[in-house]
Amino acid sequence: MIIDRIIRFLKREPLSKEVAKNRLKLVIIQDRLGVEPDIVDVLKDEIIGVLTKYFEIDTDQVDVSLHREEGSVALVASIPILSMKERLRGKAAQNR
Amino acid sequence: MGRAIVITSGKGGVGKTTATANLGTALAMAGRKVALVDADVGLRNLDLVMGLESRVVYTSMDVIEGKCDLFKALVPDRRVPNLKLLAASQKAKKEDISPEQMREICKKLKEEFDYVLIDSPAGIERGFRNAVAGADEAIVITTPEVAAVRDADRVIGLLQAEGITEIKLIINRLAPRMVKKGDMLSQEDVVEILSVELLGIVPEDKNILISTNRGFPVTLNMKSAAAEAFRRIARRLEGEEVDFSDLIENGGFFDKLRKLFSRNGKE
Ligand SMILES: Nc1ncnc2c1ncn2[C@@H]1O[C@H](COP(=O)(O)OP(=O)(O)OP(=O)(O)O)[C@@H](O)[C@H]1O
Ligand SMILES: [Mg+2]
Repeated sequence: MIIDRIIRFLKREPLSKEVAKNRLKLVIIQDRLGVEPDIVDVLKDEIIGVLTKYFEIDTDQVDVSLHREEGSVALVASIPILSMKERLRGKAAQNR
Repeated sequence: MGRAIVITSGKGGVGKTTATANLGTALAMAGRKVALVDADVGLRNLDLVMGLESRVVYTSMDVIEGKCDLFKALVPDRRVPNLKLLAASQKAKKEDISPEQMREICKKLKEEFDYVLIDSPAGIERGFRNAVAGADEAIVITTPEVAAVRDADRVIGLLQAEGITEIKLIINRLAPRMVKKGDMLSQEDVVEILSVELLGIVPEDKNILISTNRGFPVTLNMKSAAAEAFRRIARRLEGEEVDFSDLIENGGFFDKLRKLFSRNGKE
């Protein structure tokens, strides 16, 4: 029993109930909104598509996900911007 | 006017019938007038779990068809005063009964009883809607498993859509040792996910099976962790504040030892 726990600790395996909880939270959000599981991925691609018109984006670091807060659901997106697109920067300068 | 409470879950086999039988028994033993309604038409089991199967003559279907008066159809439990069962028909289909007819039955029962406990079938179709139709309040029962919790959330949504705002949660078959090891969702986890008020926790307890074998609800005559849990839930239903801290597990030697040494006997 204790050995189990030590092995789990060394392997850095998350507790099975933590895994269950995270999976449940996500699936329940999807159930409540009535969205398909892959809708967030589709949305993420579209958001990246729009934003890359304006910014250089670190696409590997983009995180878009649904979160549940006090009975409502929020879309949380974290999108690291590397820089503005060259041509836009020029335009902004002209406008000034 | 009594309270009509539906016991429901979405997922099958999580303990609706067990909870209905035991809560009813506990409330009746506390002196309340209780009617148990089996709404699992076609798959009736409440009579069997209560040990009343040999005495069922009429069912809710006979009442609806006008073959029998509602109050004559009730089977009295001879072991506890003021505890009666309205059995479901085993031959009828869920579609043979309408939500309006169930509402009518529950309304009449509420005039005579303090509690009308309705044992809902699994699922979210017609049988569920029939069971919910006559209820003012709901007890959602789940086990600490992903599929059961997910279905509970779905059912909570449907109950709210039906206009039932008084919804409370029972977590059944919790195994404190597994929770401690992090291999089972804890009561806090489940409450956080479902965000409804917790009415009680019933531990995994082999006495449930033993007592069901005999047709005696565990709450009737047993000293066991589950029986104690159901009695506490009954007290909470009555509006009493009962703390949640001392959920006990049956048997384990080390548990007993630990309890012996922990001064107040609590976890
Ligand atoms: N706390 C418990 N500890 C151990 N066994 C339990 C517990 N609660 C229920 N059970 C067992 O689980 C099984 C299912 O219980 P029950 O029939 O009450 O579920 P149900 O939700 O009514 O099922 P259905 O959806 O088929 O109507 C039974 O064998 C019962 O003895
Ligand atoms: Mg049942």
